[in-house]
Amino acid sequence: MKELLTMFATFFKIGLFTFGGGYAMLPMLQREVVENKKWATEDELMDYFAISQCTPGVIAVNTATFIGHKKRGVLGATFTTFGVVLPSFIIITLIATVLTAFSDIVYVQYALAGIRIVVAALITSTVIKLIIKGVKNLFQITMCVLAFTLIVFLGLSPVYIVIGAALFGLAMGKWGKIK
Amino acid sequence: MKYLILFYEFFRTGLFAVGGGMATLPFLSEMSVNHPDWFDSKMLADMIAVSESTPGPIGVNMATYAGYNAGGVLGGVISTFALVLPSFLTIIILSKFLAKFSENKYVKAVFYGLRPAVAGLIAAAGFSVLKTTLYVGGDSFLSSLNWIAIALFAVFLTMMQIKKLNKIHPIVYIVSGAVIGIILKLN
Repeated sequence: MKELLTMFATFFKIGLFTFGGGYAMLPMLQREVVENKKWATEDELMDYFAISQCTPGVIAVNTATFIGHKKRGVLGATFTTFGVVLPSFIIITLIATVLTAFSDIVYVQYALAGIRIVVAALITSTVIKLIIKGVKNLFQITMCVLAFTLIVFLGLSPVYIVIGAALFGLAMGKWGKIK
Repeated sequence: MKYLILFYEFFRTGLFAVGGGMATLPFLSEMSVNHPDWFDSKMLADMIAVSESTPGPIGVNMATYAGYNAGGVLGGVISTFALVLPSFLTIIILSKFLAKFSENKYVKAVFYGLRPAVAGLIAAAGFSVLKTTLYVGGDSFLSSLNWIAIALFAVFLTMMQIKKLNKIHPIVYIVSGAVIGIILKLN
């Protein structure tokens, strides 16, 4: 029970400090889940992210469900999912009932502008880490650059990138070699 | 009956919105047409603003907000639960599959291709955050950049790369970002 509560508390914290959607959650996940609690490895986290891209639902919630399930089965998944959703639920309900013009408050806008800069730095830092650790040989560099280019310049949906990359991986498994 | 329809609409959204929170948007806009008594398109714009300016996954925020507008606190509970349920079930099934087949050579090959692509995906997401944060648009190169933001970004990024400062938790950075934003009146 104690572990379940820790899982709940950890994901509550992650949900509370994630601004700007699923990707912004990655630096928090890396710190809490991979480095501090060691509930998943860096590679596993990436796998969960990839799968969450092309399965229905919110990426942050899917990743929480994955980690909870890996650690403690369906019960664990329930605790982590509930934990990551609860802060949003409380905050949004409060805003909807009390602060109807929340996003018009000037101090909220100042704070958010500051937070956006930090989130940009956090994501950049995560990307640097990911590339140094995981993108080494020519195949991996090609996949990484291709994914980036197709999304940024051609506006392709990440769903296609994930499916395409999986097929490339399979082809490499069959005709190339996997290190 | 209203709650049942609310559950159905958000369950459907959760089931078919693939690729993250913003993918729920087309479903919500359809809802505003089919159920004008829940919320209209103008309220939808407010919901997006609030969802983006509060912590938590945007998709969940939108569901809670829309559900609350449609049916009070209970509406919020039902819509949030309904949105999360399909992905919860999908992930449980996939997770069981993964645990069983993680050593399978085809599964390994798939992830061998996926991991570097996901690094690219995240880099692309980072790029769009960078663009909206550091680039304001203007006539010349110099005036089109938000120099204060760039300076702060550089300071934060440098701090994050220093090994000795590795212990600083992302939450500390986020809170200091908010404080600096208020002090400098950033926008």
